[in-house]
Amino acid sequence: MTQGKNTYSAAGEVGSVVEKRTFWTRAKIELSKSPWTARFGMLVIFIYAILAIFAPFFAPYGEAQVFPEPYAPWSSTYIFGTDQIGRDIFSRMIFGARNTVGIAVATTFLAFLIGGTLGLAAAINRSWLDQFLSRSVDVLMAIPSLIFALVLLSIFGSTVTNLILIIAVLDSTRVFRLTRAVALNVVVMDYVEAARLRGEGLGWIMRREILPNIMPPLIAEFGLRFCFVFLTIAALSFLGVGIQPPTADWGSMVRDNASLIMFAQYDLKAGLTPLLPAAAIALLTVAINFVVDWFLHKTSGLHDE
Amino acid sequence: MMNKKTKKGDVLLSIKGLKIQGFSDEKWHDIINGIDLTLHAGEVLGLIGESGAGKSTLGLAAMGYTQPGCRITAGEIIFDGVDLTKLTDGEKRKFWGNRMTYVAQSAAASFNPAHRLIVQTTASTIRAGIKDQASAYKDAQHLYSVLNLPDPKHIGERYPHQVSGGQLQRVMTAMAMSPRPDLLIFDEPTTALDVTTQVEVLASMRSIVEEFNTAAIYITHDLAVVAQMADVIKVLRYGNEVEEAPTRQMLNAPQQEYTKSLWSVRSLEKTQQEAEVSILSLQSIDAAYGLEKVLHDVSIEVPKGSTVAVVGESGSGKSTAARVITGLLPQMSGIVRFDGEDLPPTLSNRSKDQKRRIQMIYQMADTAMNPRQTVREIIGRPLEFYLGMRGSEQTKRIVELLEMIELDVSFTERLPGELSGGQKQRICIARALAAEPDFIICDEVTSALDQIVQEGILKLLLRLQEELGLTYLFITHDISTVKAIADQVVVMNQGEVVEQGLKTEVFSPPHPDYTELLLSSVPEMDPDWLSNLNKKEIRS
Repeated sequence: MTQGKNTYSAAGEVGSVVEKRTFWTRAKIELSKSPWTARFGMLVIFIYAILAIFAPFFAPYGEAQVFPEPYAPWSSTYIFGTDQIGRDIFSRMIFGARNTVGIAVATTFLAFLIGGTLGLAAAINRSWLDQFLSRSVDVLMAIPSLIFALVLLSIFGSTVTNLILIIAVLDSTRVFRLTRAVALNVVVMDYVEAARLRGEGLGWIMRREILPNIMPPLIAEFGLRFCFVFLTIAALSFLGVGIQPPTADWGSMVRDNASLIMFAQYDLKAGLTPLLPAAAIALLTVAINFVVDWFLHKTSGLHDE
Repeated sequence: MMNKKTKKGDVLLSIKGLKIQGFSDEKWHDIINGIDLTLHAGEVLGLIGESGAGKSTLGLAAMGYTQPGCRITAGEIIFDGVDLTKLTDGEKRKFWGNRMTYVAQSAAASFNPAHRLIVQTTASTIRAGIKDQASAYKDAQHLYSVLNLPDPKHIGERYPHQVSGGQLQRVMTAMAMSPRPDLLIFDEPTTALDVTTQVEVLASMRSIVEEFNTAAIYITHDLAVVAQMADVIKVLRYGNEVEEAPTRQMLNAPQQEYTKSLWSVRSLEKTQQEAEVSILSLQSIDAAYGLEKVLHDVSIEVPKGSTVAVVGESGSGKSTAARVITGLLPQMSGIVRFDGEDLPPTLSNRSKDQKRRIQMIYQMADTAMNPRQTVREIIGRPLEFYLGMRGSEQTKRIVELLEMIELDVSFTERLPGELSGGQKQRICIARALAAEPDFIICDEVTSALDQIVQEGILKLLLRLQEELGLTYLFITHDISTVKAIADQVVVMNQGEVVEQGLKTEVFSPPHPDYTELLLSSVPEMDPDWLSNLNKKEIRS
């Protein structure tokens, strides 16, 4: 080849080098461009988290502290009144954030641990293990999950541990399906084959080769799955087999005060009382969906054009 | 009704000072910076250049079309007296699929799988009102026969998945010819085809362009192909014109340094070395995917320190042979002997050291590297895994390896997405070298790269072989690559070894039939090659 400015050099080839930014600068840039819905969602989640973590500091009274004044109306002493045995509803709502949300987070993490691991293993293995797991998941999914959870909780008893385990296992089926499906697209890549040829174990291939490439859909699913788990727990509590009294929980709070709604025609505030925990549940669900929508929009490469 | 308004020799298309920009990373980038182009009626213009040279963008712009995210910022495109840049899409649509048509690179991806071929062939002709359905169908059958498609009367009744890739590419040419356009744009129409198929498609494309005296723009990165098709060749680089000249003149006396370097790539040739002790031998290997047997009694000897090229069309079993050697596909019967010991058929039964000594480099460097790992992690992992190197010792070795592949320390923190095609392939080579192997399988490692980059990679592989005494098994379908790198050649067809031996022996007559066909199908840098080949075929 000839010398001069046209001489070929490997290092001189044009590659599109992206400016190196830390995670925080990138996050800041993305946040500054986020829509108001996502910002609203993040703000709500942030407030819930703070309330849940520092519940004893914010709550004026104890979680199960009983006052000799059942069904007290809204007042400066009891901001949202008291319930049927005289517990302060405002305090219980703050503690409820800790219990309901905390248990839902733990359950979702567990569901992802189980479903994600098995889904990855099934996608990599593709043999009898895949068949066995997929068919078992099909069977589990064929049974309506709320009813199945009700049955299992009646059999094993409604402790917090049982609640977490049962809902986590039932919800891990959907996580398994998603993880397996997205991982299958990555497993066929040459770099996974290269890792296999190198002799890497299953753990390495799962964690280092596949997981980083399927994170965006999994994170989005985490948000949505959290909402479902949260709603399931609230529903089970409403039905009386979820979180047991005296632990404060939004689902059971709705049930305990449900009859108050009849008094709305005499005192609007009293009628609103059972709706407050329900509204807390709805607000968090909507907030998470806003954030997940924005995140999916960012990572899926869809743009408004 | 024929709507041809131009005679041979008239200026059909003239592009002046065309500038096109594309939008990415939130900025507008220049793709084409001021190109002039003149095309006369009945003339074929070849556009060549590396990827990113702007040749496809220019080809589409000749129809007044820009891809989404691109815009024309300056210049005019005058087609038969009308400036296309000033028309609305609705007005341009009267030209598209009527007076100008387009043949895309991947025919398989461009056909609607739900409609019969003849419906798609004639759709735009009927829509434009050029012919009614009956005469359009009749004409389509005539085009099929001119294009040498089997059973031209009935092939149109088939669906796209029922014909082969080469046939589909010819049907697409028929589709483009159906309205009898004045201008035909071919965008890399043969790149995805095997050599033996490519010849047939080229011949039929050329005959149809000649028969109907259509002007055409032929976009390709393959010089030998353009030499067969074009009257005039235009070389592009980075959105600028490098040089334009009539084909013969361009081939014989290129003016610019860049053009000369493009031309010189094909002259690389390795001096053949005699065989010594063999390091790898496949002995009567049979292998199958499920029930379908793909390798029949394959025996290959690979001498130590040499390069054995395995050639053949797609489906010939050459990649399957590689999978058997690496242990990904256990053989049904036969033995893989590596350096005096039999390798266990399955990967999990092989020792770490056996895995380390055989490394593999893939065709698509894009998918061979984890997009979320930096170059340091990619090269560092085999160092840690096989040799237990960590920390500063590892870093030192990574830099050494990067220098060995002619890159430098500045690349360590880059992600694969920030590398060019050639650099990616070099990192894959470095990853293989990190394991300190004796034997490397190169699976079509250069076929996805531009010619100049290909040459760089081949030279690198040759140098590494000399310095480190490596043995290569080089899988390819490109004969000029074989000439450049191989000592020995194995020709495979339909899962069997047709011929094997020293390069000089295999490439000199007498050949078995299949080798003869394969060798004669490789386009040469001679504008008369295709015509001579056709004459030869007619005589024999």
